[in-house]
Amino acid sequence: MNFTKTTQAIFYNLKAFPIQQMLDFDYVCQRTLPSIAAIVHPGRNGVHKAFFGAKEITLPVYESFAEAAEKHPQADVLINFASFRSAFTSSKEALSFPSIKTAVIVAEGVPERETKELIALAQKEKKMVIGPSTVGGIAAGSFRIGGYAGGGMENLLRARLYRPGSVGLVSKSGGMMNELFNILARATDGIKEGIAIGGDLYPGSTLLDHMLRFEADLDIKLIVGLGELGGRQEYEIIEAKKTGKLTKPILMWVTGTCASLFPWEVQFGHAGAKAGKEEESAAAKNKALREAGILVPASFEDLEKTLAHQYQHLVQQGIIIPAPESQRPSLPLDFDIALKRGLIRKATHFTTTISSDIGEEPTYGTIPVSAIIKQNYSLGEVIGLLWFKKSLPPYFSKFLELCLVLCADHGPAVSGAHNAIVAARAGKDVISALCSGLLTIGPRFGGAIDDASRYFKDAVDKNISPEQFVEEMKQKRILIPGIGHLVKSKRNPDKRVELLKDFARKNLPNTEYLNYALKVEKITTQKAENLILNVDGCLGALFVDALVSCGQFNAEEINEMIEIGYMNGLFGLARSIGLIGHILDQKRLKEPLYRHPTEDIFYRLE
Amino acid sequence: MARRKIREFDAKNLIARQLNLEYKAVLITPETKIQELPSLYPWLLREKLVIKPDQLFGKRKQYNLVLAEVSFDEVLRFLEQHRNKLISLGKATDTLTHFLLEPFIPHQEEYYLAIISERDSDIIYFSEVGGFNIEERWNTVKTIKIPSGVNIEEVDFAIIPQHHIPFFKNLYKLYRSFHFTYLEINPFAVSNNNHQIHLLDCVAQVDDCPKLWSDFDFPIPFGQKVYPEEQFIRKLDAESGASLKLTVLNPQGRIWNILSGGGASIIFLDTIANLGRQEEIANYGEYSGNPTTEESYLYAKTILELVTKEYHPRGKVLIIGGAIANFTDVEKTFMGIIQALREYQEKLHWGKVSIFVRRGGPNYEKGLKLMEQAGKEIGIPMLVQGPDTPMVDIVDKAMEVIT
Repeated sequence: MNFTKTTQAIFYNLKAFPIQQMLDFDYVCQRTLPSIAAIVHPGRNGVHKAFFGAKEITLPVYESFAEAAEKHPQADVLINFASFRSAFTSSKEALSFPSIKTAVIVAEGVPERETKELIALAQKEKKMVIGPSTVGGIAAGSFRIGGYAGGGMENLLRARLYRPGSVGLVSKSGGMMNELFNILARATDGIKEGIAIGGDLYPGSTLLDHMLRFEADLDIKLIVGLGELGGRQEYEIIEAKKTGKLTKPILMWVTGTCASLFPWEVQFGHAGAKAGKEEESAAAKNKALREAGILVPASFEDLEKTLAHQYQHLVQQGIIIPAPESQRPSLPLDFDIALKRGLIRKATHFTTTISSDIGEEPTYGTIPVSAIIKQNYSLGEVIGLLWFKKSLPPYFSKFLELCLVLCADHGPAVSGAHNAIVAARAGKDVISALCSGLLTIGPRFGGAIDDASRYFKDAVDKNISPEQFVEEMKQKRILIPGIGHLVKSKRNPDKRVELLKDFARKNLPNTEYLNYALKVEKITTQKAENLILNVDGCLGALFVDALVSCGQFNAEEINEMIEIGYMNGLFGLARSIGLIGHILDQKRLKEPLYRHPTEDIFYRLE
Repeated sequence: MARRKIREFDAKNLIARQLNLEYKAVLITPETKIQELPSLYPWLLREKLVIKPDQLFGKRKQYNLVLAEVSFDEVLRFLEQHRNKLISLGKATDTLTHFLLEPFIPHQEEYYLAIISERDSDIIYFSEVGGFNIEERWNTVKTIKIPSGVNIEEVDFAIIPQHHIPFFKNLYKLYRSFHFTYLEINPFAVSNNNHQIHLLDCVAQVDDCPKLWSDFDFPIPFGQKVYPEEQFIRKLDAESGASLKLTVLNPQGRIWNILSGGGASIIFLDTIANLGRQEEIANYGEYSGNPTTEESYLYAKTILELVTKEYHPRGKVLIIGGAIANFTDVEKTFMGIIQALREYQEKLHWGKVSIFVRRGGPNYEKGLKLMEQAGKEIGIPMLVQGPDTPMVDIVDKAMEVIT
């Protein structure tokens, strides 16, 4: 089993990042064929888009492994990114296809018993398992086994992994791979192949399995191994060395020499990294290796020096002839990385000033949502943050909430509710029916609050007397917004307006605009009993009072708020509550499609 | 996954329940009220009893810690003598807290049985003359080697006496399905009274694979102290997709470590020990698998709390070390560590802590720069090295401070 420039894999479980890392490696190795032939992802069919250099390519995605294996018989490696729960079944299935010769299992936490079964299966079928709990490996210049080993592009280039060297590396630790690649790049001409076998006690393939592959590989002149305390794999190497199965120079170091110094058995980070018996300790293994004629440095620190020495020796003997260095390749930078490093810039298309979702948690303004919950922000205060971008005084947020409560619903007959009900009965979903109702809000329905704010504000600011105001409106033939009620009158006042006035007098620092509106009412009610200041007019006037008296906004800001429709927004928000209620009500009642009775329509055709 | 020992009590209960064996026992824990036991388990007063510690260590007979065929009164005296007492066994010193209390089973023959897991097979050992010092009669032990993947029905149990075969078969089935990695029952016996199989002594180890044992509370090995900080990290680890490990080795030690990577972390400790400073190593631990900034912060903070718990006039060192990462984002994880360092700024000054950093991997340039800046702002001695310097070079530098 060898990894070459034409080796292709089937990638199990769509993980965009390692897939891209494999393809990036392909690119810097000047592969023409992507190293991934297909992706298998349960429950998904279609294609996955990825970069191949600067170009975008698509990789086929299949739901079943069988289909992928059938359509891509040349792919002989499984790169398995399944979780520990399904790593066994998916690997077993893949190994049952004759075309798959190698299974690489990334998951950590695969039960020992399941790995043992995979080992038995692989032995029977003469196949190879790498892992579980491995970062994979690298065949320099040809194939990246799994997409993690070798790290980022910067490191791949630094360790010159885009072209083969003369060293075969096998390590128990995956986290040490990059370090070793770098050490080897400094001390030798680098790796031809590097494999992390995974830290489990019984890995799918052992240190020896890969050393035997390196022994058979003519391009590999020096074998380097990093072992670890626990297990007996290193003794297998000694045995192979003694029986002549391994003849190439080997350099090895077993980590974990510190373990014997602790008063109890320390379980190190790797599952297999625990020495129960003396012979499984790092010191015993290093000693045995040394005695078997394997090159063992005095410590990990000395590894690089020992390695350089051995390499120079092989060069002097003419066993290794270092190849001339090719030009260091480069890879197009990802947009987001380039942006992060400040290498490129780009004008944005959107601007926001009210909230954010890019930090650790969403914020309203600059206040994290968790703080809003912890400090018991009221709904009015939240509207303050998102609409007014201020922490409004309590009476202001209370006023906003009063508006929401008062305007939440007005029965089923008004145009908004009527529309929503008709749409709901036509079988439309909640949001469509809600939109249908909201679309009626405008100059004639619900818009009076906004207009009342505008007119009262304008009149007060221009110092027009209430009498003059009423007269001017009459001349312009404009009904005064916020004045007039269908049934209520001076003697039968609207209770809601009374409550609002009471609230305003008790809480607002200043009610200049309300006072003005009431003076207008005094004039209009002289003309007709029902021309009273209605809820809309009262809310409109009080909104201006709140804005002006809170002192947090300048005149320009206040005018803008009134102009761009804050109160209209508030009405829409409030009435959505009622509209949704009506829609849900209709759905509960299972009311059928509404058709307006023909006798209620005056058909007047010319 | 890792192999972990479980208590004799748990192993026997599991086996008895699954194999329908007769078994009763009491596990005495620090919470147990001994005086109330007879009313809860009346058989304690009726039968002869066996008592022994159940804390994952062996050779209990040699240590004179097994009392057999005794009355409850004698058990009380035994407990009075040993319970909550500090003892030293080999290199380990710890308190005896857990005891297994069982009825004594009158029997004739004692049999030996063990199952071990090797890479390519499981091996069953059996002897008809089991019991104490089985090693001396190892020539009587017969073996069955069962290659991995072989169906249990196909296993040849011919070396086992006919009447014991169903027991062995069921036990081996259980061994497989409950992910045991080691099981030794020495001895098991057939009781004189009702000819039932009884497990007299049992040592068991399981694979702590999350598939089956994720909710099991594994006991702490004898001699190992448990710190709340370790428990906190264990919880953090269980909840995280990344790996976060912490073992406090010597809280008085002056060399503290925030290391990354299962392999590299061992090498850092090896190097410290190699320089003869093992007695100063305060902790082992590692983070890997790209933890979030928040997780890195909590991990670092937990260690900083330990570092600054006790004052040492000659100060301490903190090694923030790791190899060149494959995919752990150095910037992201360092941001968490830096947050913790800032939080402990004053305590680090007070504790005269010097920091030595070495790391490479994705976004390392930014990560190292942030760390250097933080070091300057916090105003503590800090040396920061990147992937171009050999990995354990900083250990040499750090040891110069430890005088």
